[in-house]
Amino acid sequence: MGREFSTLFYKETLRFWKVAFQTVAAPVLTAVLYLLIFSHVLDNHVRIHDVPYAAFLIPGLVMMSVLQNAFANSSSSLIQSKVTGNIVFVLLAPVSYQSFFLAYVLAAVLRGFVVGVCVLLVTLWFAPMQFVAPWWIFVFAVLGGAVMGSLGVVAGIWADKFDQLAAFQNFLIMPLTFLSGVFYLIHSLPSFWQNLSHWNPIFYMIDGFRFGFFGVSDVSPWQSLAVGSFSLSVLSAFTLVILRRGYKLRA
Amino acid sequence: MAASVAIRVHGVSKHFGALKALDEINLEIPQGEFFGLLGPNGAGKTTLISTLAGLTRPTAGKISVMGYDVQTDYRQARRQLGVVPQELVFDPFFTVRETLKIQSGYFGVKHNDAWIEEILENLDLTSKANANTRTLSGGMKRRVLIAQALVHRPPVIVLDEPTAGVDVELRQTLWRFIRRLNSDGHTIVLTTHYLEEAESLCTRVAMLKAGQIVLLDSMDNVLRQVSSHTLRVKLDGAPPAGLALTGESSGAWYAMPFRQFDEIEPLLARLREAGCVVREVEIGKPALEDVFIRVMQSGDVAVSA
Ligand SMILES: Nc1ncnc2c1ncn2[C@@H]1O[C@H](COP(=O)(O)OP(=O)(O)OP(=O)(O)O)[C@@H](O)[C@H]1O
Ligand SMILES: [Mg+2]
Repeated sequence: MGREFSTLFYKETLRFWKVAFQTVAAPVLTAVLYLLIFSHVLDNHVRIHDVPYAAFLIPGLVMMSVLQNAFANSSSSLIQSKVTGNIVFVLLAPVSYQSFFLAYVLAAVLRGFVVGVCVLLVTLWFAPMQFVAPWWIFVFAVLGGAVMGSLGVVAGIWADKFDQLAAFQNFLIMPLTFLSGVFYLIHSLPSFWQNLSHWNPIFYMIDGFRFGFFGVSDVSPWQSLAVGSFSLSVLSAFTLVILRRGYKLRA
Repeated sequence: MAASVAIRVHGVSKHFGALKALDEINLEIPQGEFFGLLGPNGAGKTTLISTLAGLTRPTAGKISVMGYDVQTDYRQARRQLGVVPQELVFDPFFTVRETLKIQSGYFGVKHNDAWIEEILENLDLTSKANANTRTLSGGMKRRVLIAQALVHRPPVIVLDEPTAGVDVELRQTLWRFIRRLNSDGHTIVLTTHYLEEAESLCTRVAMLKAGQIVLLDSMDNVLRQVSSHTLRVKLDGAPPAGLALTGESSGAWYAMPFRQFDEIEPLLARLREAGCVVREVEIGKPALEDVFIRVMQSGDVAVSA
């Protein structure tokens, strides 16, 4: 794990940083719009975890931004490189598949992080926030970003065209993130949906992340940590296997 | 591991469904050679290069570069190899210099600035160094691709049609640079459809047809196969019978193959005696193109060492 890893990581980071307007500013604006609309409609009527709805919503929105941007980073970088053909520059180089995986996933985590921090900073202006257990915030942001970054690698390698990637995003990523308790407590759902949500690993990430702010959660953060780590291990192992085989990258 | 062999291709086949893009290719390229890989469109040249570079996995067979197997020892093998891809690809996010620094990093090369400047200079790219690759013309993008293949000073350089769409000036500077690298000991493998280019540069050639090597020999031997020169004359009126002249479809032109230049004088004398006026004369040297066409048409396999 040497210079080829750090270079690929640097290149992936520089790539999104050069177009930060689209990759950072735009998602921050989206998250703020969500906050404005939902909190305006519901703030005076709803309190969850004994905090106003806007305050409850903020960690959810931050985590959603982390997750979606981590996925977007690795998946769109890969599909662009494949479609334009410049993926060949990495494929010709002595970059091991482990370095390849780590570089793409870590850059995705970093992009998720940058967007998440920006969303948090902007939203703090709308509602006072508490940070009961900051380490849990950090741990779940990294874990969630890594799971989604890894999923982005799989999607970017699998998709041959941009619309296939969009389908992956619309039919898998969006439902997973929206049906995970970003906007509500799982307890408030009918029991069918509650049970279903417990099969969604993203639910645990958001629940654990929110625990870091309020010190209250649906399930224990340790359980969420276990589910998150397990999901990441399975997904990483799968991604490494397809990378090692050269699936779709080395015909 | 024989250090003197740069590239060893052993029984390599690549099938795409029913298509045999490569059909049991065997090939050894010694270090220091300037090797030409020729063949018509679809012959399998790029596929062979892709298997060499690890971009494609062969259906059967083994390949090594400087003694390193391209599959089991892929990281070492790729360090030995600089490939200029046939497709004009670039990364629109970066400038030329950034692109070259990043490419150096992929190969684990540090502090490469001096060499990068030298490459830029030799490829006439210095003035474009800080331009975004997206804004470059096609020929300029080609130069960047060539530069990228050289950043890690690979002992083996593979150029897949590097001069397609490149102006005369760059072609000359490019070949001067590549020749220099070759005389410094780098092994060069070149594919091109400009046969004069191959003829003047390559010391050995392989001709590929439908995934098979149909000719493999030194350039000298290959050219010797077309033993004869050709004399072409443009005449007023038909030549007398009994001469070895064959009329060309284009009318007044007639051609005669010959071996020695002293065969020309008697022929011209006979034409003069017969009252034929010679309007123009051309002498064609034996050209790689003649061999190429003959080999591709006949399809007989003539492989020698
Ligand atoms: N990924 C692929 N899938 C299916 N067929 C392929 C693939 N790549 C190449 N081929 C086929 O393999 C054959 C050899 O192609 P290749 O690109 O190696 O030819 P080439 O000698 O480089 O030709 P050119 O001079 O046009 O570059 C062609 O018939 C091509 O259509
Ligand atoms: Mg080709």
